[in-house]
Amino acid sequence: MHVLNEIRFLLHITSSRDIVRRYFVVNGFDGALTMLGLITGFSLSTAADLSVIINACLGAAIALGMSGLSSAYISEAAERKRALTKLECAMVTDLKSSAHGEASRRVPWIIALVNGLSPLIISLLILLPLWLANAGLPLPLSPLYSAIVIALLLVFLLGVFLGRIADISWFRSGLEALLIAMVTATLIYLFAG
Amino acid sequence: MISVKKMVLDVLKPHQPNAVEFSKAIARVGSDYSVHLTVLEMDENTETVQIEISAMAIDFAAIQSCISDMAGSLHSIDEVIVDSEADVDG
Repeated sequence: MHVLNEIRFLLHITSSRDIVRRYFVVNGFDGALTMLGLITGFSLSTAADLSVIINACLGAAIALGMSGLSSAYISEAAERKRALTKLECAMVTDLKSSAHGEASRRVPWIIALVNGLSPLIISLLILLPLWLANAGLPLPLSPLYSAIVIALLLVFLLGVFLGRIADISWFRSGLEALLIAMVTATLIYLFAG
Repeated sequence: MISVKKMVLDVLKPHQPNAVEFSKAIARVGSDYSVHLTVLEMDENTETVQIEISAMAIDFAAIQSCISDMAGSLHSIDEVIVDSEADVDG
């Protein structure tokens, strides 16, 4: 609880809460649509071994996570350093040991973790049916279709989350996000099918 | 025993933490601290505030450390009330 309060405080004094939320949705969307695209592509191809599909998707998920982590850290560290220097000039004092100095060191890591973990966790959730099927567990749908359903559900939930933030109809916002995913899947069917 | 009962400080601070969070952090230094913060001046990145602290015994070093932890800079001590009380030996 203490750590969470500290994170909340550091994000608050650097006005970074919006950035974290934005990164979570943007990269989460990236993860969901990338997995949806890969799995839709596999479902249109000649039947491949499930372990091949899992490895290909897992590779993409890890790459998305690493890309999110490193890109956000590099850009946020530079932004935070710039903001701290600007504040130090205004205060005419060294702020490295203050809460702002602490924030300039920690906030880039917090944002990077959100940006990296968001697509990774969403991708892993989408891959869950493939792992379960690979482990021999029976599924109500084929593993690829189950994964597509989970991807669509997660995209809908991201839309719902955005709707709650914007204080508009969560259902409409969820449907809009779902529509984007459906259009993506349709385009893949049209071009790859 | 000599104790500081009241202090009025002139402090330059960034906009964040805001006045409420800044006052709360100072009040947390002691169990009976009363803090009255007034914003005197504000510019793009900073604000000058006057902080009035009252308590039975103010720990000035702890207050200074709290202000710098919150990225504030103490400019001056504008007013102090100090009481001297005779030590009671049992």
